[in-house]
Amino acid sequence: MHKKRQSDMPIQTIIDIQNLTVGFTDKNGFERPVLRNIDLQIQRGETVGLVGESGSGKSTLALAAMGYLKTGLRVFGGSAQFCGTDMFKLARTPLQALRGGKIALIPQNSGQSLTPTMRIGAQMSEALELHSSLPQSAHVQRSLELLTRVRLPDPHAILTRYPHELSGGQQQRVALAMALTGEPLALLLDEPTTGLDVTTQAHILELLREINEQTGTAMVYVSHDLGAIARVCERVVVLYAGEVVSDGITRTVLRSPSHPYAHGLLASIPRVADARMPTPLDGRPPAPGEAGPACAFAPRCVLASERCQLERPPLRRLVNGEQVRCHFPEQTSSIDCADSRVARVAKQSQVRPLKLDRLGVSYARPSLVDQLLGREPNSSLTVQDVNLRIGAGETLALVGESGSGKSTILKAVAGLLAPACGSISFADESALGAQVEQRSQSHLRKIQLIFQNPDDSLNPRHTVATILAQPLELYFKLTRAEVVERSISLLERVRLGAHYMDRLPSQMSGGEKQRVAIARAFAAEPDVVLCDEVTSALDVSVQAAVLDLLDELRAERGTSYLFVSHDLAVVRALAHRVAVLYQGRLCEIGPSAAIYSQPLHPYTQVLLGAVLEPDPDHAPRLLANDVVESEPPKSGCPFQRRCPVHQGAACDRELPPWQHVDENHHIRCHIPLANLMQTLSAGKKSMHA
Amino acid sequence: MKRIFEVLKEVASRPSGAIGLLLVLLHIAIAICSPWIVPYDFKAISALDILTPPDAKHLFGTDQMGRDVLTRTLLGGREAILVTAIATPIAVFWGGLLGIYLGLVGGRRDDVIMRIVDAFLSLPWILKMLLLIVTFGNGIHVLIPTLAFFYGIPVIRIARAAAHSVVARDYVLAARARGQKRLTIIRRELLPNVLDALMVEGAMRWSWMLLAFSSLSFLGFGVSPPTPDWGLMVADSRTFLPLAPWAGLFPIAFLSSLIIGINMLADALAKTLGVDRAQKAPI
Amino acid sequence: MLKLLFRRIFLGGLTVIIVSMIIFGAVEMLPGDACTALLQQDARGETLKQCQEDLGLNRPAVLRYTDWVGGAAKGDFGLTAHRNKKVSDLVGDRVKNSLLLGLCSLALGLPLAFAMGIAAALKRDRWLDLSVSSLAIVAMTIPEFVSATVLILIFSAWLGWLPGIVTASASSPLSAFFPEIILPVVVLSMVMTAHILRTVRSSMLEVLDSDYVRMATLKGVPYSRMIVRHVLPNALLPAINVVALTVAWLLGGVVVIETVFNYPGLGRLMVSAISDRDLGLVQAIALIVSCVYVTVNLSADILSLLANPRLRTSMGRNS
Repeated sequence: MHKKRQSDMPIQTIIDIQNLTVGFTDKNGFERPVLRNIDLQIQRGETVGLVGESGSGKSTLALAAMGYLKTGLRVFGGSAQFCGTDMFKLARTPLQALRGGKIALIPQNSGQSLTPTMRIGAQMSEALELHSSLPQSAHVQRSLELLTRVRLPDPHAILTRYPHELSGGQQQRVALAMALTGEPLALLLDEPTTGLDVTTQAHILELLREINEQTGTAMVYVSHDLGAIARVCERVVVLYAGEVVSDGITRTVLRSPSHPYAHGLLASIPRVADARMPTPLDGRPPAPGEAGPACAFAPRCVLASERCQLERPPLRRLVNGEQVRCHFPEQTSSIDCADSRVARVAKQSQVRPLKLDRLGVSYARPSLVDQLLGREPNSSLTVQDVNLRIGAGETLALVGESGSGKSTILKAVAGLLAPACGSISFADESALGAQVEQRSQSHLRKIQLIFQNPDDSLNPRHTVATILAQPLELYFKLTRAEVVERSISLLERVRLGAHYMDRLPSQMSGGEKQRVAIARAFAAEPDVVLCDEVTSALDVSVQAAVLDLLDELRAERGTSYLFVSHDLAVVRALAHRVAVLYQGRLCEIGPSAAIYSQPLHPYTQVLLGAVLEPDPDHAPRLLANDVVESEPPKSGCPFQRRCPVHQGAACDRELPPWQHVDENHHIRCHIPLANLMQTLSAGKKSMHA
Repeated sequence: MKRIFEVLKEVASRPSGAIGLLLVLLHIAIAICSPWIVPYDFKAISALDILTPPDAKHLFGTDQMGRDVLTRTLLGGREAILVTAIATPIAVFWGGLLGIYLGLVGGRRDDVIMRIVDAFLSLPWILKMLLLIVTFGNGIHVLIPTLAFFYGIPVIRIARAAAHSVVARDYVLAARARGQKRLTIIRRELLPNVLDALMVEGAMRWSWMLLAFSSLSFLGFGVSPPTPDWGLMVADSRTFLPLAPWAGLFPIAFLSSLIIGINMLADALAKTLGVDRAQKAPI
Repeated sequence: MLKLLFRRIFLGGLTVIIVSMIIFGAVEMLPGDACTALLQQDARGETLKQCQEDLGLNRPAVLRYTDWVGGAAKGDFGLTAHRNKKVSDLVGDRVKNSLLLGLCSLALGLPLAFAMGIAAALKRDRWLDLSVSSLAIVAMTIPEFVSATVLILIFSAWLGWLPGIVTASASSPLSAFFPEIILPVVVLSMVMTAHILRTVRSSMLEVLDSDYVRMATLKGVPYSRMIVRHVLPNALLPAINVVALTVAWLLGGVVVIETVFNYPGLGRLMVSAISDRDLGLVQAIALIVSCVYVTVNLSADILSLLANPRLRTSMGRNS
């Protein structure tokens, strides 16, 4: 009988990384590892998530599986094998044959990763030429098949387009289609949905699940977003400071992690289903190459003992199958989360409520021709008919996807953008000047702004002392000594010490810089603070601390927040009231508890349905497609083109009327309230059935 | 102030910066001290000693009028360095200020002024300068303002572009939102960040100006004889060049070494400050 | 996209008009006019007034401007200061000669600049790159009269291979300029090549570091193919504008070269016109030169527009 030879058996472990250490040599000649002793095996068809924050080395690891290292990095030890071949020792030609073929990458920012001067069709054809045996004449046909496979509508048109003509979601799908040309055994996905809208993200993740189920392609999904990983991956590997600290099946790692870092991370993530504030994880992750010889997490770990400061824990397998790098994994489950609480109530506030009345804003500038003829540009307003009232000491959140106009509203309130119509005023007072130049000093002081990106919002040439002095000197008549005194007390209030006064932004981490930005905003003793995605650029474990700080300050000073965010979980933790926007128009506004538990407006339902939770059993509900609209429709309800419960002509022609659920909760929809409530309870029943 | 020292120190630590700095300082030193160290009177002609090759008496030889080439070469950079060293800061100052202002204010004013600047730049530099020189003469009191004016115009472009990249940053928006006055924003937020690009540009401007100055002298529109000047000396030496190359080569060597020195300095400065040197044709 | 094209052309035309006004205004402000140039010492009193009336110089500036522009559009620039030649004839000859010089330099310099710039970028920081970059810096910063002088010394005086001076006259047929034109062309293209080379190199380096080139590598695209299809089209686009600027610079920088080599081109004519205070001639030359400059820039803009797909489609999507 003919025994099957070993080499005939399909290899089961397709990615085999053994004891891999990768790093760079710094300018003093020291070797700094970015990945340390990584052991990772991925089987055929397996979906593994690589989770970590900045400095964890997750992207480096994923790329190393292809034998690729960024300039400046090199292998210090170990190997990375793909189907038995050592990728770092492979010659150029076979390496090129494998890359993009049997092992393919889907990059983080596809918009920048597709060559701008080549049409999509040409780029797909190139991939087919390199990795499939199809003749040139069959390329178009196959490309169309692949584009349809990734659910791109109108693939013929896409083939003729250039990358910059596609939306973010479309670009990502094209990248996926290109990766599939070689019928890969493994896909490496480097943060593929970062920067995409909630609904787009949900759709793409569903697509990935489908591809894995149908073709058995293994996936390595790199992300900091535990919700995305919970959805796609059956196994999770947590990286911290270049080491694997936890490796187990998703359910175990996300529900009952055995490593203190994983535990702390999960506790610090806000959840949509949970109104409580997340528990912050103190400290920050070490920079690449910075970690010492002992346990990398020890400085931040609640369980840290002397042993942890001296001895590096090995990776060992626990009874439940999880591999953990910790000296005391059994104690992790007993870590007590600090009393997590709901958003604090503000003390009696002197702050006057802020009112936005029928606000409309437009970005369109008159062209030269328009200027010569003296006419207004003819396009619909970016933001229209927004009525908002921010009560004293409360947090009102503006939520929506790209194009919702939430940042635009913020800029208009800040006076950086003149409204086309409508007004902004403090209750009972006359309207604020349209632009900053026209506002009084006291109005300017009362409204302060915190930006998204702490790297950008602080002048790189100014020390913290100068940064804080600016608002103090501008709004108050203080002596120099008083300015210094107040600056120091502000710094202490945001949990940074007086020793930060002389630091430059380049000497601080993202979280620290954002705190300085918060201190700067509060230096003015404002009534309203406008927060523009203030935690989106921060590491996950650092976000919770900043949110907590913001909440504390609000409660203490009675300030109100107008809080813009795309992250619905963050909004849930922080906001009292929520306004849902679509294409610059209000859909629903009401108390956050009501909106999250009973979303009435169809768009709110779509939005909340698409949200991911770091829970493998939570499945998002995809109620609408993920088309990104560039302009609101000329008439009627702004959501008419995507609404799953579109009612016909009325929705297209007439603006939906305001309906009042109660005195605080309003919704604009043509569908009568009673029907909406009915559908909601029916939907809930079907979910539980 | 402290920053300037730090920057200079780092520039000097780079090889190109060290050489550049050395050359520049050497030339400046020579320009200042030369009247006291030269062996001969630069005007002294001698019918006997025409076109003598370098020897013990005349280290650099003599030119076609019997004048000592060493003397004239050492003195030849004085007017050039004086004029350009004064005109460059003026050019960077006014061009930079206007450029930053335009970058901040944008809008109609920006469009109109840039249109005029473009139109101006479409005329060859030599035409513009010659017109002014021919009309008003070629004394220092004409050359300095002329050079400062014409060479400030490209600085407007650079400063405006630098300002644009800074103006879009959130910290400038933050300052605006706070209600800071425009002048304060320029001074506190823009200037410190634009200054780097301007410093590098200033060094480059100096080298272009020297080039222009010596070319003008070469053509006969710069310094008037008998004042020694490198460009003029090269022009004078042309007819006899095959017979007496030293009369032209020494001024060429001095001029080239100064310009190369400035360029190396500018390069090291750009690397130190992290500024990307714009590749542009000289004016 | 047509809209963008028309907009560019419109702006180009606007620039030319503004330039003509600047030229006219500048010349107006200068002391003296065609009559003082013509009459020179006799330019005073009745003779002067008579002359001005004859030539129409006492009319308001606006009228004279429109006359001038109108004539220029038809190619008629009037007569020279000495009233003995038509400006257009004089200038026509010189333009032809300068064009020859310019085109030869372009033909030599452009391919060289691109080849060397690309090669230097591909072999970054190695011997080839360092030497090419250093040479470029030297060529860029040394004044043209210096390089011209040195080259004449070497190739004409010492080696005797090439003539160091151009003896052909302004109206000679083009063929008469060879081989005398060789050295001027070399000097001119030296400077031009250096500038373009540096831009091409820096643009190539930027593209080589980009995300999409990295992605192409990770897609398994072979090196040579990647350079040709992914790198070059993106890297060479910005070079178009620098080429235009350099060409435009040629129009001015050419003056020194023409003087050194005695070449009968537009540059030398301009210098002598200024020396002679022949303002009509100066105005004409200035206008022609700036028109060429604007045209070259416009062509570069249009070429960029056509070549860069990102500029072609309508821009501006607010978020």
